Amino acid sequence: MPLKILQSSALRLLLQTLLGVILLAAFSGVSLAAVLPEDRSDIMYHGYEGGGLQVDGPSVLVRKGYKDKVSVWANYYVDMITSASIDVVSTASEYTEERKEKSLGLDYLHGKTFMGLSYTNSEESDYSAHSWRFGISQDFFGDLTTLGVSYARGADTVRRNGDLNFEEETDRQTYRVDLTQVITKNMLISMNYEGVTDEGFLNNPYRQVRYLDPNETRGYGYELEVYPRTRTSSAQAIRAMYFLPYRAAVKLEFRNYNDTWGIDAYNFELGYVHPIEKYDLTLELKYRYYEQTAADFYSDLFPRSNAQNFMARDKELAAFQTQTIGGGITYEFNADWLPGFKRGSVNLFMDYIDFQYDDFRDVTRTGLAPGTEPLYGFDSVVTRFFVSLYY
Amino acid sequence: MTHFTSIKSAGKKLLLAVGLLASLASGGCGSMEIKPWVSPFERNNLADPIMSFSRDPVAAAYLHHVYQAREGARGAEGGSGGGCGCN
Repeated sequence: MPLKILQSSALRLLLQTLLGVILLAAFSGVSLAAVLPEDRSDIMYHGYEGGGLQVDGPSVLVRKGYKDKVSVWANYYVDMITSASIDVVSTASEYTEERKEKSLGLDYLHGKTFMGLSYTNSEESDYSAHSWRFGISQDFFGDLTTLGVSYARGADTVRRNGDLNFEEETDRQTYRVDLTQVITKNMLISMNYEGVTDEGFLNNPYRQVRYLDPNETRGYGYELEVYPRTRTSSAQAIRAMYFLPYRAAVKLEFRNYNDTWGIDAYNFELGYVHPIEKYDLTLELKYRYYEQTAADFYSDLFPRSNAQNFMARDKELAAFQTQTIGGGITYEFNADWLPGFKRGSVNLFMDYIDFQYDDFRDVTRTGLAPGTEPLYGFDSVVTRFFVSLYY
Repeated sequence: MTHFTSIKSAGKKLLLAVGLLASLASGGCGSMEIKPWVSPFERNNLADPIMSFSRDPVAAAYLHHVYQAREGARGAEGGSGGGCGCN
């Protein structure tokens, strides 16, 4: 089992890295101390609407530290989903669903070494996910460099509503390395690597592929997707923040991605943050472009039933581009009139995302020969409205 | 077999990256007296909240979740990462 060998070797190296970082923490003679995240509570309404899909709900985060050594946090998050997306309406009917996610975390600071441990559980009628994460980071080289590594493990159970005999498992491991570097007194960069391996049932148990079928009036039929049972992906990113000659910041990001399913992707993002101190406001603007190739086993229309071992018509595995334009506004206020609180903020962020597919066709356009339907595209709006309180 | 070969290749890259960082982290402890080229008193701009890669963790995690659910790529998002537990 090469995967098992790889995983155990990777774990050994990860442990060696952790040991190296801890040794470094013990012997390096640097000056400024790392700090735990600030005590805060966030209450957020989130919304997503587009392509026939509507998802919204609350998210609540509470974080509290003790003696500048330990900080504990908890997050409760709900997705309320109403879906009549093109995947759903072409083979089934609209449905509603609810997903609840609970996370608990503990952060510990020892000198310049920061450690975090967290657990997340997500539940919906046909999907359960459990995951835990451990990460450690260390400041060194005069606090100009921060190196962090983390490992996460997830175990999911996939079910299919209306089919009591269907139950499958998925195992996921994630390895991440983060390096943040001060370049000048006005510039920071961050480099990130994340590798993910999955084993188990990886497709959506409802989604179907379409294939040419002369016996059907419309010229094509549907059958269930079949995905490989393993997937390994690598993502690398570099981000930079630059403080402008006046009080404002520019953010740049480039990320590259590839996986064993044949998907190659990249995205870049340009952002601008501009405070207006007179009114206690901070404005943000951003543009993001994303592009990916299709998975090797993706096709909008297979030539026949069971045409190959693995088959997908999941539009997330198609070739497509997205463009995002986003904006946000934050109003900060003094909250010391509230017993135990220092300050707070009210925030509204909205993103408009445009999706354009290169090989996923709009089958809701009937009366056309299979494979000649227009290419699909849609746009969506993502909203985050939240209040943050610091104490 | 193709998948296992690719897994092995991707894994080797990962091991190399982690190994290099391990060497960087654990080696040369005796030569750590590097003088910071940006002094602590020159870091006002860097410490400004507008220079944070991820100012609001809850809002950032939500947007990562949206992208992970709608796009094929995953991982190396900004902030601390974490994934969404979804598939």
